[in-house]
Amino acid sequence: MTQATLRQEAVADLQKEVGHGRGIRSLLSHQVTGPLAALLVAVVVFSVFTDRFLQPGNLSLIAQQSVVVGTLALGQALVILTAGIDLANGAIMVLGTVVIGKAALDGDVVLALVLGIVACAVVGAVNGLLVSRAGLPPFIVTLGVLTVVTAASRLYTDSASYPIADGLLTVLGDGPTIGGFTVTYGVMLWVLLTVGLGYVLSQTAWGVRVYAVGDNPPAARLAGIKVKRVLLGVYVVAAIVYGLAAWQALGRTPTADPSGYSTANLDSITAVVIGGTSLFGGRGGVYGTLIGTLIVVVLQNGLTQAGIDSLYQQVATGALVIVAVLVDRIVRRRQTR
Amino acid sequence: MSIEPTILRARGLTKSYGHVVAIDGSSFDLRPGEILAVIGDNGAGKSTLIKALTGAVVPDSGALYLDDEQVTFHSPLDARRAGIETVYQELGVAPALDISQNLYLGREQRVPGWRGTVLRQLDKKAMREGSARQMADLGIRIQSIRQTVETLSGGQRQAVAVARVAAWATRLVIMDEPTAALGVRETNQVLDLIQRVRDNGLPVVLISHNMPNVWQVADRVHIHRLGRRVALADTSSLTMDDAVAVMTGARPAHTIEQVETAPDEWEHTAGEGAA
Ligand SMILES: Nc1ncnc2c1ncn2[C@@H]1O[C@H](COP(=O)(O)OP(=O)(O)OP(=O)(O)O)[C@@H](O)[C@H]1O
Ligand SMILES: [Mg+2]
Repeated sequence: MTQATLRQEAVADLQKEVGHGRGIRSLLSHQVTGPLAALLVAVVVFSVFTDRFLQPGNLSLIAQQSVVVGTLALGQALVILTAGIDLANGAIMVLGTVVIGKAALDGDVVLALVLGIVACAVVGAVNGLLVSRAGLPPFIVTLGVLTVVTAASRLYTDSASYPIADGLLTVLGDGPTIGGFTVTYGVMLWVLLTVGLGYVLSQTAWGVRVYAVGDNPPAARLAGIKVKRVLLGVYVVAAIVYGLAAWQALGRTPTADPSGYSTANLDSITAVVIGGTSLFGGRGGVYGTLIGTLIVVVLQNGLTQAGIDSLYQQVATGALVIVAVLVDRIVRRRQTR
Repeated sequence: MSIEPTILRARGLTKSYGHVVAIDGSSFDLRPGEILAVIGDNGAGKSTLIKALTGAVVPDSGALYLDDEQVTFHSPLDARRAGIETVYQELGVAPALDISQNLYLGREQRVPGWRGTVLRQLDKKAMREGSARQMADLGIRIQSIRQTVETLSGGQRQAVAVARVAAWATRLVIMDEPTAALGVRETNQVLDLIQRVRDNGLPVVLISHNMPNVWQVADRVHIHRLGRRVALADTSSLTMDDAVAVMTGARPAHTIEQVETAPDEWEHTAGEGAA
């Protein structure tokens, strides 16, 4: 009798709770809260201490400065969620730009764009196969691929740059100007990709499985998840995103340069980590990554506006990465106690 | 005494790893509605036996009968399709996921209609409700179904693992040392839970090294020694001391009161059950 009533109470409690939307408490504990607060603080500080920071032209510039690393960081976030890391993403993107640049010489820009993205996807599949099937550590695999792909891009182009003619391939650098704000198609694509990947990660079974694989691979396997297939999929999807980053890059600078973007890989990792995604896997997401990217760019932009040496910008960014990892470590330790 | 029907039965199961014979012609009998404890010394072959029953290991020879029908499991998925769910010794939960995501991991439910088929959208509400019902049915009290598993105590985590197998099993549940890492109070919670799973209609196979625990919940004990079952007895007619004596070989098995089981007729169909 009492047992039965107890159980009914428990059901009622739980169902009440299930029906509830997100309360203020879940908002405070949400993963993007910390990064968002940091971004707001940075924005407020720079607004107060510089007069140019808040001007529409500068805010548009910040958005445009964010897109390439921001898009790379979205793919990077997927990989890091599986407890991996992708050191090759910048190199894969550069390969994409030179494939596009060289193929576009024949005149068919659509084909060139498709070829560039396919080239990225193929390298992503190589990464994915080496990590999932051969079971090699992602750090080593992508370090090797970084070296090979960087050299391959130069060999492919004889180390020459290809100018890109205005048109489809540079369209992401254009966009409407509304009240002084220029919103490029590249910025729109970046935000759309974030929303799309955010949906896939939080609303589909594949997304849950990506988190599970990053969190506890044996448990995922015992639950019947094809861990290797999920991993392979993550590296391929990430590389397609890098292909789109290549398109973004041509919109920013209409030149396919095989020696460009050499620190984009580390910048993207920085954005992901500052955005609250755990390097240990299974925690975080793409909205945090978008905010993380903005934090990095706002710091650089704001410190420049304030006339501070760019070396100090690097000091600030580096310190922020360490703080972010430290916070993640502390949160994890508290939760797994 | 009549021979009762079995839900899962094995005869002559053998599995060798090179020169090591992990199980050596072992029998196994599980009745509907019971908690059967499997006890035995370290290395006696308990885990290997369980793996052979769940398809995690394909035996070299022997036969397996599910509801008196001979079956062969080539992978854990085969056993799972047949309604057998297992809690493995390593915790099978993902700590960063919430309770409902863990219960439905690998079996996610999509919303009906085009949003489910085209957009592949998960029905989180239905899964949370299903999880809440399951947790409540088993009397597991937690604050919130949205809690990530890492915020739970060790006992609650193990409870989530048990709730998951109980939710999906249709025939029987197997647990390999589910209380090994737990304190006294948490062990008792999990033991209560195991009894509730049984009371809800699922027979349970429980591997344990803890004799008092076994006598607290199990209806019968399967004593495993040197790769085979040496005795199957009611816990009510066997003392812990005698069981330990048989387990270690200090006392011959035929000197204790055993349960009668179906004959070893597998010889007639030998080969069919082997891979
Ligand atoms: N994969 C394997 N490869 C080689 N030998 C194995 C393997 N699995 C089990 N064995 C051996 O088979 C024997 C039985 O092992 P098993 O794990 O089934 O024992 P157990 O009764 O579960 O022991 P414990 O109580 O320690 O869990 C042991 O000698 C073990 O070393
Ligand atoms: Mg064992």
